[in-house]
Amino acid sequence: MADTGLEASWPLWEVFTQGAHGEPFAHAGSVHATDAELALQNARDVYARRGEAVNLWVVPATAITASAPSDAGPFFDPGNDKAYRHPQFYVAPRGVRIF
Amino acid sequence: MSDDTVVSNDATPTVFNPAGVRVPIIQNPLFEYLLRLGDDRLILGHRMSEWCGHGPILEEDIALSNIALDLIGHASSMLALAGTVEGQGRTEDALAYFREGVAFRNALIVELPNGDFAFTMMRQFLFDAYSVLLWDALSQAADARVAALAAKSLKEDKYHLRHSSEWVVRLGDGTDESHGRAQQALDALWRYTGELFDRDGVDDAVAVQGIVVDHAALYARWQGIVADVLRRATLVMPTDGAMRRGGRAGRHTEHLGHLLSVMQIVARSHPGAAW
Repeated sequence: MADTGLEASWPLWEVFTQGAHGEPFAHAGSVHATDAELALQNARDVYARRGEAVNLWVVPATAITASAPSDAGPFFDPGNDKAYRHPQFYVAPRGVRIF
Repeated sequence: MSDDTVVSNDATPTVFNPAGVRVPIIQNPLFEYLLRLGDDRLILGHRMSEWCGHGPILEEDIALSNIALDLIGHASSMLALAGTVEGQGRTEDALAYFREGVAFRNALIVELPNGDFAFTMMRQFLFDAYSVLLWDALSQAADARVAALAAKSLKEDKYHLRHSSEWVVRLGDGTDESHGRAQQALDALWRYTGELFDRDGVDDAVAVQGIVVDHAALYARWQGIVADVLRRATLVMPTDGAMRRGGRAGRHTEHLGHLLSVMQIVARSHPGAAW
């Protein structure tokens, strides 16, 4: 798209919401906005006006570096055939067993 | 709701005061006062709802509709209370949908057609700044019902003011096109702002009942907010000239009747319908 198009004047922002104080922020979706303040306002209207969040982050979508689907194998294959890579041969103390 | 379907056509009765000026007879000033609060927000909320599906971008469309819903919610609360205060059994729906234009008490500024986006946002900003200050004052009212509704509405209007003032800054301090349109909107709207701060017999009467608003202080604070945002927006505040007024007495522009015909058609076509 040309620089004068929608994506230039109304870039995309990724929205992260925190459901309660102390909880991690989770990706909720995205909005278009001219700048950070209006992105925050748009995110509030779209993702947080029914009590879903107590905090919001908006991040320019271009600022996020993401892994590519083609990376899936090298990045995420857990290597299950190499059992020694997984710390599963220990008896966990009772206190941490809930994990 | 058979009582609701009776169309009220009551222009306010008037008398001549000792100075020979025709003034309205206000039987129930609190009812009258609540109608002003409710009607301002009902009519502005309806104007804002006209943007639904026409916003410049999906996110702004949602924001505009969201503001419309908030304003109609405030109107609903105020008109419901007005109906209670009137004591004639009229509900908020009866007051919203079965009154004629002359019985509406909104200020003229809220009934003007939306114009372009700059006009809509500028009007919203000028009104929001007024409304936030008014709710702030009314949240101290001795009447607990009014104070509670004011406090609740204040919270939402603060967000509206944030949205509209940020837009005024961006439009004013934007492109030549947006700057020109924003200044034009401001110049056209200015003559309708004076009416918001008028003080009359209704204000004096409700003040006796503990609903006290210092109109001069309100106007001074409003000017401060507006001047600050206009400076950031690189817009020129117009000088005060002749102000248009009349809405509080039921004398409206030609635009209100057209608005009401759209707003009231469903309720009047299906009186008593529930949905």
